[in-house]
Amino acid sequence: MGETETGGETLRARHVLEYPFRRSLGPILERFFTGLTEQRFVGSRLDDGRVVVPPAEFDPVTAAALGADRLTEVGPGGVVTTWTWVGAPGPKHPLDRPFAWALIRLDGADAPFLHAVDVAQESAMRTGLRVKPRWAAAPVGSIRDVACFEAEA
Amino acid sequence: MADPVKSIVTPIRLEYDYTPGRATSRFLRGIARHCILGQECPKCHKVYVPPRGSCPACAVPTEREVEVRDTGTVVTFSIIRVPSENIHFELPYAAISVLLDGAGIPFFHVVQDIPLDQVRMGLRVRARWVATEALAPTIASIECFVPSGEPDAPWESFREHS
Amino acid sequence: MRDVAIISFAQSVSARESERNEVEFLMPVVREAIAASGIERSEIGFTCSGSSDFLQGQPFAFVMALDAVGAWPPIRESHVEQDGAWALYEAWVKIQTGEVESALVYGFGKGASGDLGEILALSLDPYCVTPLWPHADSIAALQARAWIEAGRGTERSLAEITSRSRRAARSNPHAIVSGDETPDELLARPYVASPLRAHDCAANGDGASAVVLAAGDLARSVCSRPAWIRGIDHRVDPASLGVRDLTRAPSAELAGLRAGVGRDRIDVAELYAPYAHQEAILRQALGLPETTNVNPSGGALCGHVMMSCGLQRIGEVARRILSGTADRGVGHATHGPALQQNLVCVLEGE
Repeated sequence: MGETETGGETLRARHVLEYPFRRSLGPILERFFTGLTEQRFVGSRLDDGRVVVPPAEFDPVTAAALGADRLTEVGPGGVVTTWTWVGAPGPKHPLDRPFAWALIRLDGADAPFLHAVDVAQESAMRTGLRVKPRWAAAPVGSIRDVACFEAEA
Repeated sequence: MADPVKSIVTPIRLEYDYTPGRATSRFLRGIARHCILGQECPKCHKVYVPPRGSCPACAVPTEREVEVRDTGTVVTFSIIRVPSENIHFELPYAAISVLLDGAGIPFFHVVQDIPLDQVRMGLRVRARWVATEALAPTIASIECFVPSGEPDAPWESFREHS
Repeated sequence: MRDVAIISFAQSVSARESERNEVEFLMPVVREAIAASGIERSEIGFTCSGSSDFLQGQPFAFVMALDAVGAWPPIRESHVEQDGAWALYEAWVKIQTGEVESALVYGFGKGASGDLGEILALSLDPYCVTPLWPHADSIAALQARAWIEAGRGTERSLAEITSRSRRAARSNPHAIVSGDETPDELLARPYVASPLRAHDCAANGDGASAVVLAAGDLARSVCSRPAWIRGIDHRVDPASLGVRDLTRAPSAELAGLRAGVGRDRIDVAELYAPYAHQEAILRQALGLPETTNVNPSGGALCGHVMMSCGLQRIGEVARRILSGTADRGVGHATHGPALQQNLVCVLEGE
């Protein structure tokens, strides 16, 4: 933290916090992230029959533990269920040009999940848009192994 | 099938524009002038160094500034043998809790120029400041503390703090 | 159940506390609440606070903040990394146990030191969502669009809520923003995260709030018209945005039901809705009729101190009951993305 003065009496300083977390995955999320490195989406079937992606470790309604036998492959194509526009992306964002955040329901899944959609402008986005993943060139085991989604041709 | 992914790295980096507040800013500006400022509680008269603007015992604001000496007494210490980022002292070194003369609470710093097995409670020390032209509003303007050569302080004079 | 009441409330809000540390801006608020309670500081049985160190990036700031309340000799104290409204819930439970007769509750936030919308990404799924770093406004915008496309409202509905809130805030000295724009004027402004415009998103700032709680006889002996807590409940929806219907807030519905919102008329409601559409979702979840005065303070849209805002909503209702301008009201607090977690507190005068 380097001290920098302001005009007033009170000091201010730029302060950076960094946490290099490594998180263990467990038997369910391990399959999801391994799937991403193979360009596959793995979801899981809940007690009420709905398929969610990323796969759930516990049922959000019944709280029952969900085993690996509930895992099922979904996608890779999907549909936008809601979206918003990012006109000025930040350095942490998946894309360095304006893009959309969207909840995307993959084919075969019932619940959507969040990711970025790369379209040229906001007017090209709409709920119901068919999208497909654009995979990262070098997967490392990350939700960002999906570089983003893009409109199906 | 590829090797299963057992763990993922999720780095977090956050940037802040931090202020230590009025009381601590005045303390740090004092340090830049070779001067250690505390604040005295208007009720119990304890002098807080560094000040945070309040007396945590009486729950009242502290405003009256008091200059304390740059000499003091080691009230407790620890020998540090593990490295830490941003700390330049050579390992192992002695971290001390030092009660400055005129202060009501001790604060943390480092003592140098003494064999580690001679660091002790009651040891009298004085601040070694950086060169005048290098003084800045940071606690690092006090490079470290060194033995002052005075006789040890009696236990009764700092028992409240150890 | 013991009768427990709010007997005093104080708050401080500004766009940015660039001069004072958390002790320096919290202490006057705590002192004001205690002075107004009629109970000596040393007589208060329990202290509970809500804050998050991530907001100002200073680990253990919540411990240092105790310097503001006088924690020596040691006091009975607890902290939640939640809005102060959840600290109030813990204090209410503590009084219910019979261990103490009174409690000081405070919440504070210094979110303007960093980028609050970015910091809040840390409250999302750390495996699959945080690494994408969606801004809090973006998450809310996904909910707003789903709400609009489900036919629950329109962008004009958002502008009407915002316009009414900004007008109400003109009489609130603690508001950060206010205005007298018409909905048409607001609709002419650009999106910040479509379909949300900047004025549809909370006006973030720094600050603190504090209340003093007291049990039955003590409350009656020090306060002429205590604001009695007649019901308080908090519930949570699944964290994953995909598995719930974003156009509703089932946890708010359940908390409202359990707190007894619908048992009698509600004069005033203060809803912690940091985005305009969330006020409409909450109004429906709690079943509030048109006759209820919603967010007369201007609400979170006009002044939002993360970790204090929910306690302030409860305090704003209590203030009106303490002064006799309302008889029955509901204070609401939320946490998590898109109204994930909700706390409802029903207050009544006698």
